[in-house]
Order: sequence, then structure tokens, then C-alpha cells
Amino acid sequence: MSLLADLLLALAAQVLHVALLVAAAPVLVGVVRLVKARLLGRTGPPVLQPWRDLLRLLRKQPVVAENASWLFHAAPSAHLAAILAAAALVPSFALGMASAPFADLLVIGGLLALARVILALAGMEIGSRFGGIGASREMTYAAFAEPALLLVIFTLALMVGTTNLDAIALTLREGLVGLRVSLGLALIAMIAIALAETGRMPVDNPASHLEVTMVHEAMVLEYSGRHLAMIELAGALKLLLWLSLIATIFVPFGIARAGALPLWWLGGLAAWVAKIGVLALALSGFETAIAKMRVFRVPEFLGVAVLLAVLAVVLLFVSQGFA
Amino acid sequence: MSAFALPGASLLLLAWLLAAAASLKRRRWAALGGLLVCAAGALLAVAYLLAGAPAATLTLPIGMPGLPMTLALDGLSGFFLLLLMLVGAAACAAALGERQPPATAPCLPVFLAAMGLCLLAGDGFTLVLGFELMSLASFVLVLSHPGEAEVQRAALLYLGMALFGAACLIPALALLGGWNAPFAVLRGHPPEGWRAMAVLALVLLGAGSKAGLAPLHVWLPPAHSNAPGPASALMSGAMTKVALYALIRLLFDLCGPQPMWWAVPLLVAGAASAVLGALRANMENDIKAVLACSTIENIGLITIGLGLALAARAADMLPLAGLALGAALLHVMAHGLFKALLFLGAGATQHGAGTRHLDRLGGLIHRMPVTTAAMLAGAACLAALPPSSGFAGEWALFQAVIAGPRVGGLGMQVLICVVAAMMALAVALAAAAAVRLIGIGYLGRPRTPRCAAADEAGPPMRWALLGLVAASLLVGLFPGAVLGLARPALGLLAGGMVPLRDAGLVLAPGSGVPGYVPLAVAVLLALAGGLVWWLARRVSVQGHRSAPAWDCGFGEPPAWLPFGDPATQYSGAGFSQPLRRTLGSGVLGAHETVDMPAPGQTRAASLMVALHDPAERWIFEAIGRWRDSLSGLADRMQFLTIRRTLSVMVTVLVVFLALVAIMEQR
Repeated sequence: MSLLADLLLALAAQVLHVALLVAAAPVLVGVVRLVKARLLGRTGPPVLQPWRDLLRLLRKQPVVAENASWLFHAAPSAHLAAILAAAALVPSFALGMASAPFADLLVIGGLLALARVILALAGMEIGSRFGGIGASREMTYAAFAEPALLLVIFTLALMVGTTNLDAIALTLREGLVGLRVSLGLALIAMIAIALAETGRMPVDNPASHLEVTMVHEAMVLEYSGRHLAMIELAGALKLLLWLSLIATIFVPFGIARAGALPLWWLGGLAAWVAKIGVLALALSGFETAIAKMRVFRVPEFLGVAVLLAVLAVVLLFVSQGFA
Repeated sequence: MSAFALPGASLLLLAWLLAAAASLKRRRWAALGGLLVCAAGALLAVAYLLAGAPAATLTLPIGMPGLPMTLALDGLSGFFLLLLMLVGAAACAAALGERQPPATAPCLPVFLAAMGLCLLAGDGFTLVLGFELMSLASFVLVLSHPGEAEVQRAALLYLGMALFGAACLIPALALLGGWNAPFAVLRGHPPEGWRAMAVLALVLLGAGSKAGLAPLHVWLPPAHSNAPGPASALMSGAMTKVALYALIRLLFDLCGPQPMWWAVPLLVAGAASAVLGALRANMENDIKAVLACSTIENIGLITIGLGLALAARAADMLPLAGLALGAALLHVMAHGLFKALLFLGAGATQHGAGTRHLDRLGGLIHRMPVTTAAMLAGAACLAALPPSSGFAGEWALFQAVIAGPRVGGLGMQVLICVVAAMMALAVALAAAAAVRLIGIGYLGRPRTPRCAAADEAGPPMRWALLGLVAASLLVGLFPGAVLGLARPALGLLAGGMVPLRDAGLVLAPGSGVPGYVPLAVAVLLALAGGLVWWLARRVSVQGHRSAPAWDCGFGEPPAWLPFGDPATQYSGAGFSQPLRRTLGSGVLGAHETVDMPAPGQTRAASLMVALHDPAERWIFEAIGRWRDSLSGLADRMQFLTIRRTLSVMVTVLVVFLALVAIMEQR
């Protein structure tokens, strides 16, 4: 009986989690935009503006290039589905959701790669040069971000003994690992990866309107209407996913257990909102203070992340005489 | 049943040879006979593996005078036989579709039989015989369309490497204790000291060069890309795996436990191959060369798994050895299937669109929908995207690498950390190569009129492609079942430890540990996709409007260019430019020469990109220089005056007599 109850609670937490992420993702983008505008001395759009944009786009019929194939039509849904699947695996307010047994960090990375490849292919589908530029740069950045991400996962797996995100968060929350230099280095590397993966400054400018400087926007240049709405929602979800991932791994405090009373979920929710809020503020401040990099400087930026992650792993070997 | 497995497998070898003989009269028999034998063989291999793969040996009444040949079958050869049969069946089915089979058609079943003989070999002589027959048959297959100088050069380089492989394997077997003694005898006397070291080096050079391990990988892209579709699918999907089988058989099975440093050359060569292959896959402009370079990458990944297994066995950590070896075998199966799929698809593309050159393709998704869909599925495996078979294999390999530092030793741990980073780099580079291959070759607009009028592949090829897609899908969704088939092999080599849990649907690095559940990930993706689709139907307006591509207002193409100017599309060289500048210039010595006409001149500007594989520069060109200087020396000897000739002869005579005298003394 209690097994069934646990299962139902885990499922309920999972459904709530996905609904929460989808609802909150555009709001997060709105908050970041608003704070950035305020920091620059502008009034800025209201927080709900991204949601309004999404609804407006959904009401518009897409205009599709004449030589588009089925892949162009299917890509936005597939991209959003892959991001949604990855987001379902990253805990927000509760650990031990229904997806916890297979919430593997490598799988999450793989699902994000799947979403990236789908969008890059869609960018090349029409045969416009901007799609090519965007796809080429996106895949190049990923080639440098992926080793850093794997080394961060390596660091965590060495400390905890598994690549399962839920187990990692649980162990780190109990403080069994303690404060470690390696964790700090991994956090810095993770932030750099997140900036590159979500197309934020200094890697890509989310507000750019100059085609040649864009990466993500260049790939989706041909999309409009409902297709564009899906891609924008996916982009917002990806940002929220990365912030949640950082919060879950490095600040796993206050997260509820899905098996606990739903009242505890509220506490977990409050903690999650606070963590994401702080991260969003930090992101806005960082983006306001920094300029975009030249394309060929980005590999150096991500190379630093790789080196930091290597350092994190080697420090672990040296400090605990890992055997 | 299992008592008949080895005689049955031997009969299959014979049946292949019969098919080859029959095809001398009617060429179509080669593919048909090959297909029938492969289908029977696949069933036999599955039944044998499921029955627990009891080891069996068979002494043949043929062979060298007084030394009959021995055949042997166990879990390891059974697993590789299954892969050979599956890839062979698909390749033969595809070859059935050739309207005019080339004159080299009889070599196809001979090639299959040679690989089978190599896998069934029970002594060194049979192994080398199979290995060299395999090289020879595939050499002829590479020469199927020998018109171009490029093909002849590729085939010649390939033959040279095959001879080099034999020159390494024969002494390695001799050092193991008699190159025609049955393996069962050799197993009792594992080599030690300098002999073991020499065996390791020779096997790595001999079998590694055949598998495409860096730095002896240079022959692989030209040979694999110039062979016709079915032959290249067999070469990349099966032959490189047969070479890996020889490596595993000799280093794991016959050499017994060895010190931990044995893992180092495997790890280093594997990581170097992985990165070099994946990077080159981004630079090549021939679709088959792209695939061949990605084969080098995947062979590197598998070799890393093998190296970890050696290290773990040396440290007496059999569960870890089983994990690493199981991951390697899983990736052997996954890569064999999806690479055969991609090579067959590339062959169909070449047939339908008349070219293999990326910059002459484009827009094939409209004209060749089935081939493009199959290539997409293959590219998803190549890019290791969940829930494909490539992801399952690489997930398991990463788990092995992550558990690797437990073998101890700071040096080894740091090496494993670096190997992990290089593996991740290789996987991400492979994803970029996959996007480039599909995006430039199959999406976008056609770049030539020939490509705009491409024909879809015929039914046999389509069935072969779909069969391989289904097989890859099954491996991706049920990797545990594949590991179940590999269980006898793991029992043989890792002391019966199978920590990769293969019961049910979970792939986990140990029991009681959370792992990767491909089916759950697939269901999650399907659920998310269904949700998105349903919401889009409910919330949004339906339908769409067609218009010329927006392309930032570039405008419609002129009437004489119905698909737009091909030059305004991204090219293969353009796509790889960021990677070429950041990684290629350092690793591959890539450099660009821009010829920009001065203002006022009307000639076209040009951009030349040159690549130099380091292995080519440091090994092959160096050998060429030595050969030149040696032949120069010999040339000078020829034109010596009679006095000098006589003095050289006398000197040589004196030196030899002195040597004999010294030997007598000792």
C-alpha cells in the first residue's frame, strides 16, 4: 500500500515539476530581461512579456520556405520534446520523482545534445547561409563544452560513486562529501558550460539583432509562428534547466523528498524559487557587466572550463588518494 | 545442439566458398549465396550464444604438412560471428540490388569466408591465413572500379599495410610459442619479460593497423571510401572488428594476466585515434571518407575500453574488467551495425546522386527520402544521441572510464582523466561531423543538376537499410540483451564477472546502482513529443503558408538557377572552418590560403584548404624518404668502379668471417 502511495506521490511530483518548469521558464526569461533593463537604466518590459509573446506567436500561422521538407516542420516539436524530456529529469522542488531512477547526468547531457543536433539540422534545412553559420558555430562550441561537462560529471561521480543526478544531489545534501576545492572548481566550470549552452553572454548575445553575430538566433531565422513559439519556449526551458541543474548539484539544500508530505514540497518550492532567483539576478548582473566575445575567443573561454574541470579531478585524486 | 555449432559454422565457411565458385558463372550468386549463408549463420550464432557458448575445437584434415589446421569456437568468437553475420546479411542484400555486379563479385563471399575463418581460427596459422585472405579479398574489392588513379593508390597503400600486418602478426605468434600450435597449448604458456613486451608491440602494430588505430590509420579513409558500398560496409562494420577480435584473442586470452602498464599503449592509442578520427571526419569532403574517419574514432573508443579492462585485470578488479570489456563489446556491436548502415546509405547516395563529394550534394531529403531517413538514423548513432545504439555503447564506455581510477596509481588516474576528456571531445566532434554530413549532403538545396535529379535506391538496398535501422534500434533500446549475448565472452576473459547488469531493461555499472534505461528515455521522449504535438493542435492555429525562403531578405534566385545559387549555401569547408581554425591547425596542420584579387580585377577569389595528418607526415612520409635515400645509396653502389666494388666485397667477407670467428669463440 505504501509502495503504491509512494509511486503515486512520485508521479504527482513529476507532473507538477514539469508543469512548474513550463510555466516558470518564460517568467525567468522575463525576470532576466527586466533586471537587465533596470540595470541599464531602462524601464524594461513586464515580467510576463515572454508569455505574451509566446501566445501571440501561437496565434500566427507560420510562413514556411517553399523547399522545406518534413524535417523542417517536425524539428521544433522534436527540439522542444527533447528539452522537455531533459527538464523532466532535473529536479526542482523535490528529489525522488518518478524519473529519478533514470535521471542520469550523461543521459541529460545526451538529451541536450539531441535537442542541439535537431536544431542545427533544422538550421541547415532551407539552405540559407545564416542557418549554416549558426549550426557550424553551435556544434563547434559544443565540441569544447562537452569535455568540460564530462569532466564535471567525472568529478561528481568520483565523489559520489554514480552518475545519477538524484543520488548525487541526495549525497551532497546530506553533506557526506563536505566542502571541497574540487566542487568549487567544478562549479565555475559548470557555470561557463551553462553560459555557452544557453547562448548567453559572453558566448552569444540573446538580444542580438545583427545576423552575423548570432549563433542560436541564426539557426532559427527561417522559423515563424507556432514553430518559433516552440523554439522560444524550448530556449527558456533550457535556461531554467541549467540553472536548476546548478542549484540541484551545488546548492542541494532545502529540496524536499517526493515521498514526503506534499506540505514539504512547498518548502522545497520556496527554496528552489529563491535559488533560481539569486542565479537569475547574478546572470543579469554578469550579462550587463560583460561584453560579447569574438567567436574564436569562445573556445579559449571553454578551454579554461576544461582545464578547471581537469584540475578538479586531479585534486580529488591527490587529496583523497583515491583508490 | 551446441555440439553441432562448430561443424555447422565450418560448413557455412564452405558454403560461402561454394557461392563464390558459383558466382564465377553467374555473378548474382555471390550476393544471393552470401545472404543465405549469413542469415543461417546469424541464427546459428544466436542459438549458440544463448546456449551458453560451450567451447569446442575441431581439427581439420587439411593444413601444412604434418600440422593440421584447428578451428575453435567459444563465446568471444561467437559474439563476433554474430556481428559478422548481421553485417554480412545486410551487405549482401544491398549487393543484390546492383543491376550489374562488378567483375570482383566472387570476392564478396570469399571476403566473408576469410573473416569467418579468422574468427574460427584455433591456431596461429589459421588465424594469419584468415587475416591475410581477408586482406587480399578486400584488396580486390577496393579495386572494383579501378579506373581512377586515386583508387589504385588507395588499394596499393592498403595492400602494403596488409603485408605489414602479416609481418607483425607472424612473429608475434611465434613469440607466443609456435605460430602453428593450437591456442589451447599457447594459453598454458603466457609470455613473460621481453617476449611479452614484443608480443604487445607486434600485436598492436599488426592487428591495430588493420583496425585503424592511430598512428597506422592513414590507409583506412582512402581504402574504405573507394570500395563499392557493400564492400565498404563490410570493411568498416565487420573487418575492423575482426582485427579487434584478433587483438582481444591475442592480448587478453593468450597472453594471460600481464602488468598494469600494458594498458597504457592501448589507452593512448585509443584516445589519439578517437580525437584524430573525429577531427578528420569534420574536415573530409567525401561522405565515405567522413564515415571512415568516424570508424577510426569509434575503434579508438573501443580500444580505450579494452585498455581499461587490461588495467583492471592487472589490478585484480575483475568486476571493473568485466564492465570495461562489456562496454567495449557492446560498442563493437553498436558501431558495427550503424557504420554498415551509414556506408550502405553512402553507397546508395553515390549511386543515386552520382557523387560522393559533399559540395556536389544537397537536398536529397526530397529525392531520396528513405535513404535520407536511414542516414539520419545512422547519424543519430554516430552522434551518440539517446536513445540510439551509439549512445548506449558510449554510455557504458564512459561508465567504465569513470570507474577506471579505482585501479590505483596517480599516474594511471591522471591518464584516465585525460582519456575521459579526449573521449568527450571525440564524441562531441563526431556529433559535429554527423550534423555536417547530413546538413550539407542531404538537407538544404541541391548543389548540382545531377543531384537535383537523384534517384531513390532500389528495393533491395532500401530493405537492407531498413533492416540495419531496425537492428540498431533494437541494440539501442535493449543493450542489456546484447550484453547477455556477450556474457560467455566476458566469462571467458574477465573471470565470469558481469557487473553490467543485463537482466531486464536497465544498463547499470553494477547491481543495486541506478543506470541507463533506454526504453524509459524513449518513452519519456515520446510522451514529451506527444504532449507538444497535442498542445500545439489545441492551442495554436493550424496549417502554414509557403513562401520563398526569408534568408534575411536575400531575394529570389534568378530564373536560370532554379534551386538558387549553390554558392550561397554553406559548404563542407565552410561548416568546418571554426573547428579547422581552433583544433585543425594545431592537430592536423590545417592551413588556408586565400587568393583575393585586387579591387578592379574580375577573376574569382579562391580559398585553398590543406590538411596534413600527423601520422602521414611523421611516419609515412619519413618511410618514403628513407626508401628514397636507401635506393639512392643502392644506385650509387651500382656504379662503383671495379676497384671499389672489389674492396666492398672483401670488406664484407672479412666482417662475416670475423663474426663467424667471434660466434665460434662463445
